[in-house]
Amino acid sequence: MANIKVLVAKPGLDGHDRGAKVVARALRDAGFEVIYTGIRLTPEQIAEAALQDDVNVVALSLLSGAHNTLFPKVVELLKEKGMTDVLVIGGGVIPDADIPGLKAAGIAEVFTPGTPTGKVVDFINANVK
Amino acid sequence: MTDIMNDKEMLQQGLDAYNAKVAKATAKFPERPHMDAKQRLYTPLDIDGFNYLEKDGFPGQYPFTRGVQPTMYRGRLWTMRAYAGFATAEETNARYKYLLQAGQTGLSVAMDLPTQIGLDSDAELSHGEVGKVGVAIDSLADMEQLFDGIPLDKVSTSMTINGPAAVLLAMYVAVAEKQGVKPEQLRGTIQNDILKEYIARGTYIFPPRPSMRLITNTFEYCSKYIPKWNTISVGAYHIREAGSSEVQEIAFAFANAIAYIDAAIKAGQKVDDFAPGISWIFTAGLDFFFEIAKFRAARRLWARIMKERYGATVPKAQMLRVHVHTAGSVLTAQQPLNNVARITWQAMSAVLGGIQSMACCAYDEALCLPTEESATLALRTQQLIAYESGVADTIDPLAGSYYVESLTNKIEKEAEEYIKKIDEMGGAVAAIEQGYMQREMAAHAYEDLTAIETCKKTVIGVNKYADNKGAVEGESLKADLSVGERQIKRVDAMKAKRDQAAVDKALAELKEACQGEENLMPYLIAAVKTYATLGEICGVMREVFGEYKQDGSAF
Repeated sequence: MANIKVLVAKPGLDGHDRGAKVVARALRDAGFEVIYTGIRLTPEQIAEAALQDDVNVVALSLLSGAHNTLFPKVVELLKEKGMTDVLVIGGGVIPDADIPGLKAAGIAEVFTPGTPTGKVVDFINANVK
Repeated sequence: MTDIMNDKEMLQQGLDAYNAKVAKATAKFPERPHMDAKQRLYTPLDIDGFNYLEKDGFPGQYPFTRGVQPTMYRGRLWTMRAYAGFATAEETNARYKYLLQAGQTGLSVAMDLPTQIGLDSDAELSHGEVGKVGVAIDSLADMEQLFDGIPLDKVSTSMTINGPAAVLLAMYVAVAEKQGVKPEQLRGTIQNDILKEYIARGTYIFPPRPSMRLITNTFEYCSKYIPKWNTISVGAYHIREAGSSEVQEIAFAFANAIAYIDAAIKAGQKVDDFAPGISWIFTAGLDFFFEIAKFRAARRLWARIMKERYGATVPKAQMLRVHVHTAGSVLTAQQPLNNVARITWQAMSAVLGGIQSMACCAYDEALCLPTEESATLALRTQQLIAYESGVADTIDPLAGSYYVESLTNKIEKEAEEYIKKIDEMGGAVAAIEQGYMQREMAAHAYEDLTAIETCKKTVIGVNKYADNKGAVEGESLKADLSVGERQIKRVDAMKAKRDQAAVDKALAELKEACQGEENLMPYLIAAVKTYATLGEICGVMREVFGEYKQDGSAF
């Protein structure tokens, strides 16, 4: 497959960007084309960036606990913009109990702390459309 | 011991003979891998020429290596805190009362993200974040509720607040006044350290220049009216948690503090007046002896900087007074009970390092917000160390250890070299603008991740002795979903009752003051007393000062 483009994004007000940055770097080292948004973006800004950069994957990182509100919102806005084939994944401090709900809302996979970055790479390769 | 120490030649011969034996042994039985960063053995040769009086001295005396107080924990134990705050002021107030009754000696206020970046709960950006990582404070009404029944002349309160720190301090002063407590009786800390927000923590509001003004304004106001208040808690913690090394933790935080001091001096203030209000927050990581040495090295280096660079003469202006929060980034979601053990030795290293105040992480932080049970255990951990372990009974007990003294020297030297490099770049603000600190931290964070993924660094439960069991399913605390709605209703009700004309007048006066050069503290205190909201007050300041935007492309 041609270059896979990944947008690593931090929705909401959370400033914890260590995870987002190391994942961005690991994905780049794995051969993907990676764009990192920086912190404090609205779901609207993320969807717009995904559209502008025509990415294949949107990887959301959040540690503030607002994932149940913000992750589904990003998926919804991507759909509104006609980006139905974008793979959306998430990561951060996300309780197990919240994962089924996020998956039902269109988050393809949720990676919690301690996940080897290789697992994220494999998942993207196997599931990107 | 002194005979051997004085006879360097004999010592060297002994060491050579020992090394020869080791070489034979390790040829047959190799040592465990990845031990190369540290020496096998430390001897008097590693601290050759060590001048006790100059390097260590006595507790409570320059250069404070052995501690900032003459009697340290024999006189008074460190202040034990637990970082707490969630949902609304009412729920958090109940948690505070519980923790105080459980023997906690100081409060540590966690505020939600909208509060930390100066937004009201009903702002669009606040959606989903209200009451999540801390308590929502929209106005003085919430602050009154937060400290309801807690006498502010009796507790010391630490507030993790930076961008709008001056506003929250104004609210605290106003609550105290209502309780009949005078400003000079207040004890506590505002974090107020904006530079590390741009590089590590992310809760900035305004650009650096007006932010620096707010900080120097609080310095000046507190040195006059709230003398016991720590006007800044310079964050080494966040720099390390965001990925830096131990040495960078000291160096970048010191460089930031140097920038604040330079700004205050430029604003006409005297070091001996404001520097006693400077306190620090450091992390306590996993490398036990390294962490102990880090605190000792930091105290010595800071005392030297204050004396030699700034000519500070008041001892309190030379002292590095440290609050520690144990490292959260090294806790694991896998086998979370292992974190109880990790937190215990982190906390013990901080105590052996001679810190003044501490909050331990709760073991379940990598999973969720701490439960009452895990928050209590975090407090009990400190109490166990204080009362049962015996490590607090003797001052700086590891002084004189060849290893610890050698590490102390090494960390001090390396941190000093880093600071020199930043000085040459034009100081912390320039280094941040050039992205230097951010790049260094990101690179170290990635190295750290790679070390774990290649098993060069062991993390039990993650890359060694992992099991397939999922996380412990237990009760986890969740700020319930309706908290945002409840808080917005509360704010609406408050707004309906307040004197709108008084609010408008106070905000207009604040705006004018922002455009001038005056100290903003009196205007902020006047504004919060009218129940103007945090969002309204910061809104006025945003209009005048502008907003900072991060350039996010680098990683």
